[in-house]
Amino acid sequence: MHELSVCQSMLRQVEEIAQREQAILVERIIIQIGPLSGVVPELLQQAFTIARCGTKAESAELVTETQPVRVHCLQCGYDSDAQANRLLCAKCGDYRTRLISGDELLLASVELTKN
Amino acid sequence: MCDTCGCNVTHGNRHLIEEGGKHAHTSDDHVAIEVLENLLSENDHQAAHNREHFERHGVLAINLMSSPGSGKTRLLERTIDHLSGRYKIGVIEGDLETENDAQRIRNKGVPAIQITTGTACHLDAHMIHQALHQTPLDQLDLLFIENVGNLVCPASFDLGQHLNVTLLSVTEGDDKPAKYPVIFRAADHVLITKSDLLPLLDDFDPDNAGQALQQLAYKNPITLVSAKSDQGMDEWLSWLEAQLSQAKENTTEPATASL
Ligand SMILES: Nc1nc2c(ncn2[C@@H]2O[C@H](COP(=O)(O)OP(=O)(O)OP(=O)(O)O)[C@@H](O)[C@H]2O)c(=O)[nH]1
Ligand SMILES: [Mg+2]
Ligand SMILES: [Zn+2]
Ligand SMILES: [Zn+2]
Ligand SMILES: [Zn+2]
Ligand SMILES: [Zn+2]
Repeated sequence: MHELSVCQSMLRQVEEIAQREQAILVERIIIQIGPLSGVVPELLQQAFTIARCGTKAESAELVTETQPVRVHCLQCGYDSDAQANRLLCAKCGDYRTRLISGDELLLASVELTKN
Repeated sequence: MCDTCGCNVTHGNRHLIEEGGKHAHTSDDHVAIEVLENLLSENDHQAAHNREHFERHGVLAINLMSSPGSGKTRLLERTIDHLSGRYKIGVIEGDLETENDAQRIRNKGVPAIQITTGTACHLDAHMIHQALHQTPLDQLDLLFIENVGNLVCPASFDLGQHLNVTLLSVTEGDDKPAKYPVIFRAADHVLITKSDLLPLLDDFDPDNAGQALQQLAYKNPITLVSAKSDQGMDEWLSWLEAQLSQAKENTTEPATASL
């Protein structure tokens, strides 16, 4: 599964930050994931327990903030909640919408221990 | 070779050059740092670099995605039959194992680079970059990248392509777009393949597939094609030619330096 690749990429990013900050440990990694990012949070958590070994994040907690799926209607201008496979306007039902949230795949923040 | 683009400034050391994230000291030995960067920023940087390669050489790059066996290679073979007189085509083939697909393409007289990913179920921008340096980009108008057969993972990795084409064969079921929204949403063109088999199947309705796509707010073309009977090939080929001429228009000036 590609969650392992995503996780390894995330850990490289986190380790670079830890090194730059001269931190000895990574305590917490906070990420934001939308259902339309193509990454499954549970699989990323599983991958994390394997991939973190031997890194400064070995004992870190991975916190996932799931982002809601939301669309902006290009017809009537209304913003509404939607589902990953039903991205229609909740007000007028039109399919001509633009995703405004739900495809995030972001490293939001990291918490580090110095000394 | 890649020094000119500054990509030796890697994702990692870029932090050292630019000012990093915001710092919020919580206590003397604890620090929380806001980052807000894509989790795949390493891949994204490489993808942007690949795109530069394509553009400097005036090559239109198209990524083909589908589940295994939906007809990607056979569609390419047929597309080459029709277009190779007018355009210079190249192919990068991604597979878990074997050179088979690249060999099928080479048999058509077209250069093909095979990437065998081993256990990785998708291509990433770094693999494409390696293949690019073996590809005669100077001599090409159109480069197809056949991704690993998989409806999940390839959608998350930008390769530097200009366009995505997602294939759905009629033997797979017309509800696939609802089950795999990420990969179908990413498409610039959806091809419903193996249409010659439709009379044999009582449970695939192209209209249902179209509706499932519309529910994903999909607004791009959907074409029913068969690489066997050539049904829909004209539509597919004229879409390709339209993309090629648009890409030509967008190319402002010829390459000044090679990457
Ligand atoms: N009847 C029919 N069969 C097709 C068509 N296109 C492909 N096939 C057959 O479907 C099988 C798989 O086709 P490929 O082109 O190898 O599929 P692929 O997507 O490249 O497969 P992978 O690279 O393994 O993911 C082969 O036996 C093809 O001959 C079509 O239009 N009609
Ligand atoms: Mg193939
Ligand atoms: Zn995968
Ligand atoms: Zn609306
Ligand atoms: Zn390069
Ligand atoms: Zn670069």
